[in-house]
Amino acid sequence: MPISRRTRNAVKSRPKAAVMAGLVIGTMAMSGCGPAEADNSLTWYINPDAGGQAEIAQKCSDESGGRYRIETSLLPNDAASQREQLARRLAAGDTSLDIMSLDPPFVPELAEPGFLAPVPDDVAQATTENVVEGAIAGATWKDELVTVPFWANTQILWYRKSVAEAAGLDMSGPVTWEQIMEAARAEDKTLGVQGAQAESMTVWVNALIESAGGSIIVDPEATAQTVELGLDTEAGVAAADVISTIGKDGLGGPGLPTQDENASLIGFQGDSGSFMVNWPFVFPATAGAVEAGTLDQAVLDDIGWGIYPRMSEDQESAPPLGGINLGVGAESDNPELAYEAIECIVSVENQAEYFVTNGNPPANTEAYEDPRIEESFPMADTIRDSLQLAAPRPQTPFYNEVSTGIQQRWAPPADVDPDTTPETSSDFITSVLRGEQLL
Amino acid sequence: MTSAIPAKTTTASPTEPGPKLDAGKGNGNGRGRKPRIQYSDRARAERRLGWILAGPAFVVMLAVTLYPILQAVYDSLFQFRLTAPDERAFIGFENYAVILTDPVWWIALRTTVFITVVTVVVELVLGFALALVMHKALKSIRGPLRTAILVPYGIITVVSAFAWFYAFDINSGYVNNWFSWVPGIDENLNWFAQGGTALFVIMASEIWKTTPFISLLLLAGLAQVPDELTEAAKVDGATWWEQMRKVIIPNMKAAIMVAVLFRALDAFRIFDNVFIMTNGAYGTEVLSLLAYRQSISRLEIGLGSAVSVLLFLCVLLICFVAIKLFKVDLAGSTGGK
Repeated sequence: MPISRRTRNAVKSRPKAAVMAGLVIGTMAMSGCGPAEADNSLTWYINPDAGGQAEIAQKCSDESGGRYRIETSLLPNDAASQREQLARRLAAGDTSLDIMSLDPPFVPELAEPGFLAPVPDDVAQATTENVVEGAIAGATWKDELVTVPFWANTQILWYRKSVAEAAGLDMSGPVTWEQIMEAARAEDKTLGVQGAQAESMTVWVNALIESAGGSIIVDPEATAQTVELGLDTEAGVAAADVISTIGKDGLGGPGLPTQDENASLIGFQGDSGSFMVNWPFVFPATAGAVEAGTLDQAVLDDIGWGIYPRMSEDQESAPPLGGINLGVGAESDNPELAYEAIECIVSVENQAEYFVTNGNPPANTEAYEDPRIEESFPMADTIRDSLQLAAPRPQTPFYNEVSTGIQQRWAPPADVDPDTTPETSSDFITSVLRGEQLL
Repeated sequence: MTSAIPAKTTTASPTEPGPKLDAGKGNGNGRGRKPRIQYSDRARAERRLGWILAGPAFVVMLAVTLYPILQAVYDSLFQFRLTAPDERAFIGFENYAVILTDPVWWIALRTTVFITVVTVVVELVLGFALALVMHKALKSIRGPLRTAILVPYGIITVVSAFAWFYAFDINSGYVNNWFSWVPGIDENLNWFAQGGTALFVIMASEIWKTTPFISLLLLAGLAQVPDELTEAAKVDGATWWEQMRKVIIPNMKAAIMVAVLFRALDAFRIFDNVFIMTNGAYGTEVLSLLAYRQSISRLEIGLGSAVSVLLFLCVLLICFVAIKLFKVDLAGSTGGK
């Protein structure tokens, strides 16, 4: 019988099988650990860019004369996934998190439980000199610098000169949301805003509320149980009014409910483009499209820029603030070395170089003096001025809940009602924070 | 040609090794209710071989499925946020109370059930048609035909989700352009801006991708139906429809039920398509995404574990209903023990 012969063989070779199983399990267990690393190597978790951070890492490693060697490790594409990965690694006590590129809204969440190594005083001093105020605010938690500002982003108002001219809008000074809505309506064009249920919605809502003199969170340092929201205020209602009008009157076009920054850029470059609020990547992206032959040079020539629109004529706007800060993990084996490397990374020279090659604006105002910047980014002055006015998104350890709650209740724009949305969204987020509701 | 036609084609093949040979009159799916069986030496050796072969896999299964399930059940009794490890507190079944009293859960459950029912029914019909085509195809084109039908199933779900998303996207999609002659579709239709149209695309993508799986299972079922039966029916003058209804379908009931059960379990846990196309926006939230949002995005391990446990219970319920009420015979048609 072939079966029983096989059985006997199997029984006889049981020790062999056990050895095999041990080998397999051992290999599986060992593959979890990476190769042993030299003492002076630092891992820098970077967000995807055009290769600029890897270049800076190489440059600083070379300049350190062998004191340290920075290796970069790529994080996921979007900010939310980057946060998920970093938060989980930090909570698990991962010692490889020497340097991290962090989106500012997520800094408090990581700083509050002590996941970040404290910034040494001399480093804090050296890396905040001449840095725009918004970027410092975004790097701070409970009046203490917990991360180092690297580059700072802001949205500006982009417009098609032809449309502004036809609508008789004077673009030499600041304009209001009312004016650009009126111009788009009169010229039968669409506004480039971000109406998708995504982080860009929170960016928009926050900028409108801050521009109207309010704040999404009244007391950022409160606990989840006691936090007080500023959505259901005059500023919140004014913001809802703008979003709802754009949605209901179709001023954002049919794509508005799913429109993020990239989608609004595509619309802006098209025939119905008029005004758009968006990040500076717009310019290199459009110039690149012209170079690649997919877009007319005339479109690029027709593009103008200015400061983010105001909510009312007599009150300065508070444009959105973004960017990247550098943090050091509390469990890092080499925090001193990491901060030494960070000082090199955020040098004025590196920030200017990063702007020119990757299009990410410096947090340090001094970097804007670099002559190469004026050449490749004619709107650099506008960006710098905008950064000085910019307001960060709510600084709270519960940013994810607040932001997701706003996204769920303020999108699509056509469903926003100034009479009810501020109140219902405020109640919703509060009860989620108290643990009474799912998100 | 033998005239002995098996009354039931779903029982285990008699050439299989196992205690059944010696136990003789086991009821096929016996679960140890019958009196103790005296095994022969040979049967005992075979049982041992069975354990040696399946044991390691069984241990790995325990480690990677049972342990996480128990951990999730345990975690679900706590209020526990990953970024506030010091505030972890035992709260009993409070997480479950929060979830089950929240309309968000019930709406997500409704959406999930809707997607499951629609996709499984459509896939079953389409899959059966494809299985018939594959079964009846001429020998010369059988290979290429099966390959062609199986291609969608070989594509990674995330990739197919992106492909469908970009096809229907209002900015980059071509669907609005190609199908503008269909009433209701024009260049301004934003498929992902409202629940109805978004769910349509999600389900279409799901159906496109997994129909081959169902048709493959059904093809195996079709192959099990003895030709003698259909020939006999033909001789008796049965029409094509009568052969189908009276002979073929009843004889492959087990294969159909297994296909339905597997796909229903799969469809109920739908995640990738929704995550990529809408991320749960505008009424497309499903249970897996809800669990993901609580435990991965919010880092609320307690609440998220509770959602996962409830999701797991739903899946168990589907299994129970299928196996007990519809009597799906998993062992018979898959040729296992």
